[in-house]
Amino acid sequence: MSEISEHKILFGWEEIKKSLLTCIWFMFLTFPIMVIQVNTIHRTVEWRWERLFFVGAGAFLLSFLWRYMIRRKEAGIKREETAQNTHQDLLQRLLSNPRFSRPALAVAVLFFLTFPLVFSLYQIDIMTTALIYVVVALGLNIVVGLAGLLDLGYVAFFAVGAYTYALLNVHFQLGFWICLPIGGALGFLFGVLLGFPVLRLRGDYLAIVTLGFGEIIRLVLENWNEFSFGPSGIANIPRPGFMGMDLALHQNHTYIYYLMVGLTVFTIFVVRRLQDSRIGRAWTALREDEIACQAMGINKTRTKLSAFAIGATWAGMGGVVFAAKTTFINPASFTIWESVIILCCVVLGGMGSIIGVVAGALVLKLLPEYFRAFSEYRMLVFGTVLVLMMVFRPSGLISSVRRVYRFEGRNKLEGQP
Amino acid sequence: MKAVLTVTQLTKTFGGLHALDGVDLTIGRNEIVALIGPNGAGKTTLFNCLTGVYIPTGGSVEITSPEGHTTRLNGLKPDKVTSLGMARTFQNIRLFQNMTVLENVMIGRHCRMHAGIPGAILRNARTRREEKAVIDDSYRILENFQLDRYVNEFAKNLPYGAQRRLEIARAMATEPFLLLLDEPAAGMNAQETKDLDDLIVRLRNKEEISILLIEHDMKLVTSLSDRIFVVDYGRKIAEGTPAEVCCNPVVIKAYLGEEIDA
Ligand SMILES: Nc1ncnc2c1ncn2[C@@H]1O[C@H](COP(=O)(O)OP(=O)(O)O)[C@@H](O)[C@H]1O
Ligand SMILES: [Mg+2]
Repeated sequence: MSEISEHKILFGWEEIKKSLLTCIWFMFLTFPIMVIQVNTIHRTVEWRWERLFFVGAGAFLLSFLWRYMIRRKEAGIKREETAQNTHQDLLQRLLSNPRFSRPALAVAVLFFLTFPLVFSLYQIDIMTTALIYVVVALGLNIVVGLAGLLDLGYVAFFAVGAYTYALLNVHFQLGFWICLPIGGALGFLFGVLLGFPVLRLRGDYLAIVTLGFGEIIRLVLENWNEFSFGPSGIANIPRPGFMGMDLALHQNHTYIYYLMVGLTVFTIFVVRRLQDSRIGRAWTALREDEIACQAMGINKTRTKLSAFAIGATWAGMGGVVFAAKTTFINPASFTIWESVIILCCVVLGGMGSIIGVVAGALVLKLLPEYFRAFSEYRMLVFGTVLVLMMVFRPSGLISSVRRVYRFEGRNKLEGQP
Repeated sequence: MKAVLTVTQLTKTFGGLHALDGVDLTIGRNEIVALIGPNGAGKTTLFNCLTGVYIPTGGSVEITSPEGHTTRLNGLKPDKVTSLGMARTFQNIRLFQNMTVLENVMIGRHCRMHAGIPGAILRNARTRREEKAVIDDSYRILENFQLDRYVNEFAKNLPYGAQRRLEIARAMATEPFLLLLDEPAAGMNAQETKDLDDLIVRLRNKEEISILLIEHDMKLVTSLSDRIFVVDYGRKIAEGTPAEVCCNPVVIKAYLGEEIDA
């Protein structure tokens, strides 16, 4: 297809006509509320015709823009269908080019290491929270992005971790460092326990049942006062100690920050290795086609459970750090809304793509903090962005790429059919 | 001749429908057997009952490995069946679309690998060795199937004929001694069918496996198979060498009857 004919499609007269129709329809629909105003005091009717113009122009522009984007996207898909795996967009090309990615990585490392030296306590706190979400989202990425199991109750495992540390500390005075692995292990255990009943379910059924499980855990925590101290929660959870020393407040926050950076790096390391292993491939195959996957000798039960459980492990550990950082937890911190946010981090970032999920979690947790002025519109913006992403970039900010294997000397054709 | 697969009185009902009604079938070592019959005869259902996708209503399925172990397959899960040495392809291609060609074959190697979660994380010497072997093996399989130029391509971007071949390659990666092919030539052109014919013969001769294939292309079936089973309405109506089956009046009636219906 030549450039000219492509542009014809993008800006065709047909498109303008359709947008015009949308615009007229919109003006008609909004006429009663936008134009007519009854002044009840003076008992008069005001006709605000100028508004009709704004509605019309706005509707026309938006509709045209929308159509234009859809067209562009379709043209893009057509091109992609003939392209091969190595076809990537600009961002991916940059990231896979070592000349760019190495310095970028170095800058990122430098940034995160010097962050507490440069920024205030408040900023450190925000970044720590964002990093907790990065870790937790990377865990959910295993379940949703790799294994394709839509889990809407993921925050339950986060709660398990947080309550593990809080309760073990209250009752047995166990320290943070002992509780971190215990929280992970209990996350794993709960992942298996909650995974078992939902093994047969897929897609939206799975989503609804896991959503229910998430709520059950929260309700138990809220109502079982003897166990979890109910809605009032648990306060005065100690921050992690540094070799038995008591740290000043600022030091302590910095310490947790570095701890989170460490945990994030560790998570990325482990998830990368898992993804690129026998078990990781089995997860992806399970997402692609369950029946074929079984026919290849993959045990469906075990593969699903392992995805569920390993994903939950990271949530458990994230929960422990969360409890240690906030020093206070109650069931209100673990609502369905948190599950949705974490899921959004994964979906917006790019399902199955580690760097995408990291970016998604950072963006979703940091932007609302820095745009507090617009917090009233947060939901509105959030919803709009989600819809736009689903339509125009369904694979997320940075979509995942499959690993490319090189067979030097043997691969005569270099994969160019 | 020793049988690798013995099916006795296999029955499968869906509600009131007898999709399979007391089917007996045996396949010998290194034999190519074709399963033919009109659409809806129950051929795919038979495959699904053999491989554990469906649980048979009655009857038994037994396979005997080259080492001489006999296992009853009724009620076993599909993955267990595959690891026992029976692999299959699907009538509607079921590749892992968004994985590369190489990865598709690597998945086939899954059940012959051992690395677990700790191995994946620690990446110890054994895991690394296994991983390298899998990549090499898979590449060799792709070369055998003339798919090596597509190594890093997404499976969904392959031409149709290549997708069918990849499905067979993937099944072969599980090291079966019995391979079930469900309409492997469906939708292929004459040249592709010819290549498939050669491929199947080569498989049988080189890998010493038995093959059971469902196929409608009678030219392919007669040239390939040692024996043919004919099913209709879930029952076996004839069996024998290609020459015997082609002149069998019952078979002709089944096929002609279908043509009149259509
Ligand atoms: N899962 C199922 N549920 C109900 N009926 C089925 C199912 N699978 C197959 N059947 C029925 O069994 C019969 C045989 O189908 P099938 O084995 O696919 O035929 P074919 O010989 O063309 O492969 C058909 O009548 C089909 O409708
Ligand atoms: Mg069929």
